[in-house]
Amino acid sequence: MTTETIAPTAQARRGRWGAGSIWPVVVILVLLLVAIGIRQPEFYDPPALLAFLKRSAPLIILAAGQYFVIVAGDFDLSVGSLVTAEVVIAARLIDGDPAATGPVIALVLGFGLLVGLVNGLVSTLLLVPSFITTLGMYLILVGAVYTWTGGSPRGALSEEFRMFGRRGIEGVPWLGEIPYAVLILLVLAALAVLAMRSDFGKVLLAVGDNPRAARLAGGRVAGVRTVAFVISGCCAAVAAVLLGGFGGVSFQVGAGLEFTAITAVVLGGVVLGGGRGSVVGAMLGALTLQTLLTLLNLLGVAGALASAVQGLIILAAVAIGGLRART
Amino acid sequence: MSTQALTRPRIDSTNGVWLALGVTLVVGGILVATDGGSLFSQNSTVSLLQRAAGLGIVAVGQTFCILAGSLDLSVAYVISLTSLIAAETMAGSDGRVLPAVLAVLAVSAAIGLVNGLLITKLRINAFIATLGVGLLIKGYLEQGYAGPAGAVPVSFQHLGYDRVGPVPVAFLLFIGVAAVAWVVINRSRYGHHLIATGGDLDVARLSGVRTDLVLIRTHVICSICAGIAGLYLASRLGAGAPRVGAEGGYDLESIAAVVLGGAVLAGGKGGVAGTVGGVLLLAVIDGIFNQLAVDPFFKQVVRGVVIVAAVAIYALRLRGRRAAR
Repeated sequence: MTTETIAPTAQARRGRWGAGSIWPVVVILVLLLVAIGIRQPEFYDPPALLAFLKRSAPLIILAAGQYFVIVAGDFDLSVGSLVTAEVVIAARLIDGDPAATGPVIALVLGFGLLVGLVNGLVSTLLLVPSFITTLGMYLILVGAVYTWTGGSPRGALSEEFRMFGRRGIEGVPWLGEIPYAVLILLVLAALAVLAMRSDFGKVLLAVGDNPRAARLAGGRVAGVRTVAFVISGCCAAVAAVLLGGFGGVSFQVGAGLEFTAITAVVLGGVVLGGGRGSVVGAMLGALTLQTLLTLLNLLGVAGALASAVQGLIILAAVAIGGLRART
Repeated sequence: MSTQALTRPRIDSTNGVWLALGVTLVVGGILVATDGGSLFSQNSTVSLLQRAAGLGIVAVGQTFCILAGSLDLSVAYVISLTSLIAAETMAGSDGRVLPAVLAVLAVSAAIGLVNGLLITKLRINAFIATLGVGLLIKGYLEQGYAGPAGAVPVSFQHLGYDRVGPVPVAFLLFIGVAAVAWVVINRSRYGHHLIATGGDLDVARLSGVRTDLVLIRTHVICSICAGIAGLYLASRLGAGAPRVGAEGGYDLESIAAVVLGGAVLAGGKGGVAGTVGGVLLLAVIDGIFNQLAVDPFFKQVVRGVVIVAAVAIYALRLRGRRAAR
């Protein structure tokens, strides 16, 4: 965004601590984990830790998807409503029938891809700012799902569908159960890191930093931006499958997730407006947010006040990151 | 700007919305008439204008933020908070209306000040800063209130229910706020600085505009507008409601209305007149669907499509004009 020249020393320091760096979020995460360890040492038993990772997986996956969009300078405000839509659609189509699970999961992933594609094409070809595109998509998805179900979710998810969010590989020595959610998370995280190391990732970063320069340098700006939206849509679909497994089917399942995911990404040192930050940082940001909520829960901070504390800590973390970037 | 004005086509993005509004009124009026109802009956006009008022006041405030290249996601919670402050301070007594109004304006201005300081002095992105402040207020509201609280005296409910002919008082308030905002943006030094800041922050600063001060003022104005909307909702509901703002979706809808009015999210382009058009367009669409008794949820879908389509048309026209030069 800003193009001022920076003295080499300042730039070096910014590289390690300033905007785009993952170190501030690592420090916060470690502090929070230490605090949890003091309060509840059994948190570090492998099964408990895996259960925590399982709970965190959907948000981390959403944050990874959102990262691709944000680092290219865009927003995806539609992910929360997409998660809700996917869960409601899956419940109605499966309607308790185990045989329908496979096709419906394919459909859910396909729908996520389609929504991402529409977001991307409208933003790139029709030149609509992504904030508006995805805001419109949010309204459309919420309205469409309510219209389709007549105001209350119908049907039920099959046990086979819920397996991905709930169960795991059992009987592993020492670890106990390895949740499928954690395995899915690890695979997606590895893919995300690989994607950012590929040519695609480099062009994406360049587009976020300066779209015009990226275009003049021969980058396929519209193409990579669209792919970023598709990735975000697919991540939302995966998160929906996991979240559908955890909880019941309701219109609230995805409510507000878009803001939580964006917050997590920013907490991870990624700069809104694009061009700076790493996907690892974004995922750590999500993990940090989830750790913070767990800690608040352990400390007995009521659910209501938790959002206030959350707001305060996000402001503080981002402010410290911003001030460091200036010095 | 002045040389551009001579060559500018007559319909650009800020008055395009008025054209869309006219077309929608005609088409919608015919549709409703063939359905056996009337879009222009006293009842439907009143409820249409009533609906426009609340969102409209917030959207006028949001216009300032968006012109400055910023945005305010905390308005929804400011509305809820101020409706509670108003109702609880009044506590049903006529004599306490004035202190309540002053308290609301002071609190909302303070929240705007915090937003502005976070954005300018701590360099937090406006999206995160106002989202964080919104979360803070949300936490306070959820901690302290389970449901409606306080009471508004009958004298204050005139704001929510009285009307002059077919026009509700609240709508006049909206038009009044919009008129003041128009004068401030188009005729004051601050207004010019606002446009300059939104157009290009660095250029404005290098030209001697105190951009931090402009941004802080902008956020104070935006929050005060949300506070006024909170007053109106308190008067309308008869009490303060802790979830009225968030449930009404005032944060994103106000941004949508401003953008529908032709403002550019990146800042520097747009205006109050467009915002008023955007708000009226959303209200008219709502009214038509109510009259046609369409599934209320389907309205959301149409809204989403209309907003995206409008912005796409503006953006493509803008590109077409650039290419033509």
